[in-house]
Amino acid sequence: MRQVFVPVLAIVLFLLFWEGLVWVNDWPNYKMASPSDLWPAFWRFKWLFLTFGWETLWRTVVGLLIAIVVGVLLGMVMGFSRVLREGLYPLLVGFNAIPKATVVPIVALMFVGQHDLNTVLIAFMISFFPIAVSVSIGLSTLEPEYRDILRALGASQMTIFWKIALPKTLPEFFGALKVAVTLAFIGTNLMEIVSPHGRGLGALFDSGKTNSDYPLMFAVLISLAMLGIALYYVVVVLERIFAGWAERQTD
Amino acid sequence: MTPALHKDLIRIDGVSHTFTTESGSLPVLDNLTLGVPENGFTAIVGPSGCGKSTVTRLVAGLLKPDAGSVWLQGQEVTSPRSVVGMAFQNPVLLEWRSILKNVMLPLEIVSSSLSSAAREARARDLLKLVGLAGFEDKRPSELSGGMRQRASLCRALVHQPEVLILDEPFGALDAFTREDLWQTMHRLREEEPFTGVLITHDLREAIFLADEVIVLSGRPATVQYTKALPQRGPRSLDQLYTPEATETLNILREQIKIAREGEEPGS
Ligand SMILES: Nc1ncnc2c1ncn2[C@@H]1O[C@H](COP(=O)(O)OP(=O)(O)OP(=O)(O)O)[C@@H](O)[C@H]1O
Ligand SMILES: [Mg+2]
Repeated sequence: MRQVFVPVLAIVLFLLFWEGLVWVNDWPNYKMASPSDLWPAFWRFKWLFLTFGWETLWRTVVGLLIAIVVGVLLGMVMGFSRVLREGLYPLLVGFNAIPKATVVPIVALMFVGQHDLNTVLIAFMISFFPIAVSVSIGLSTLEPEYRDILRALGASQMTIFWKIALPKTLPEFFGALKVAVTLAFIGTNLMEIVSPHGRGLGALFDSGKTNSDYPLMFAVLISLAMLGIALYYVVVVLERIFAGWAERQTD
Repeated sequence: MTPALHKDLIRIDGVSHTFTTESGSLPVLDNLTLGVPENGFTAIVGPSGCGKSTVTRLVAGLLKPDAGSVWLQGQEVTSPRSVVGMAFQNPVLLEWRSILKNVMLPLEIVSSSLSSAAREARARDLLKLVGLAGFEDKRPSELSGGMRQRASLCRALVHQPEVLILDEPFGALDAFTREDLWQTMHRLREEEPFTGVLITHDLREAIFLADEVIVLSGRPATVQYTKALPQRGPRSLDQLYTPEATETLNILREQIKIAREGEEPGS
């Protein structure tokens, strides 16, 4: 009960504060739209919001899923082999250090016209790094005794991975996944905004900008925030289910 | 080689081992020979870092010696075998499993003819034996350090190993808990026959639990001194404070001192 009530109250207070701030300062729409201006914008474009919201959502999720698969595989490779870790790490760090805003136009040109592919690709590229790093750290810092209790019984490397290394890494993995969700979301929107004739909430934002429809731009921001919150909490629920044991100690 | 040595359930035969590290090679064991008879219990003491844990890893088959050989039940050890149970100073319980499921872990690896109900019953019996009845469904983090170590002992014994290897299992516990666990060890030994190797830094613990105490020399380690203890099986804590016990302790302490003085410089 409290878990629902407190966040809802916080949101309501925030909206009231926002409305009040705009009202007191008498800001025009182009400076800052107020929550009461947003409803008409939402309502006018409700179908666009639904279809474009869906576009943004599925691309983000697909990009994220690819990031999970690639990130976990890379993490496993780096976690189990020291040589590969030493070799791959600088490459990954360098790749991650490139601001993705500069990669977006390059990718957009590389696969010109393939809007879905571009967007998913950026969402993936921006979000796999924390996953790979967390999995590799989780695996490489596994205390040798944990391996030894199973190895001494003649267990295979695969058994040790499934029974010990993987579950032990799950809390770190979910921590990284929470970061990755937000990053993937940023990636999707960057591409949607930049691509000509794009779709998705990012494109809607862009069209709000070209038409100087400020309430629409703010409405897009709000719906992005809501999608982001929803995705984040999906991860939180998954974390509770699969790595809930890690929470207990802090209670 | 004495004929008696052949009957030993655990036998380490002229084992030498050298680790290669970034700063060069580190000879750890030098022509080490020792044996533990069936159902015997040998304590190994020695200076810190002399290679005691390395000995346990060799016996468990987790490590291959550079020279010499290790034998269990008359078979040369070339890879890990499920006849071994191990417990360390760190209880290494898996936080995402209940205590019962932690104890049952080896049964998921070692093939056994037991039904799943029989396995669970076996784990519960062991937990009861070490005084953990009622804690089966708790998570490791909900237990005290001593209780976790008890659970770790149960896990080491659940698949009825012939050989139990204990590497400083009580080293991190307070004195009272430790004495409690010593009694538990004697109880376990009566109920569950095994051949044991105990690594410890506590000489009292060594003479309270073992039939024989082996003092290793400083690195590279070899057997420096062997002390057979007169008594097998359960003993009371009072026996640690008899003149005989004190004398044994003094001898062992003296030997450790010699071992430390003989260590190679720079270690
Ligand atoms: N895998 C390894 N690679 C390189 N050096 C190692 C390895 N394992 C152990 N050593 C070194 O070998 C020496 C003996 O280690 P070992 O763990 O057997 O000592 P120990 O007698 O158990 O010490 P302690 O009393 O502190 O537990 C130490 O100097 C240690 O640093
Ligand atoms: Mg050790």
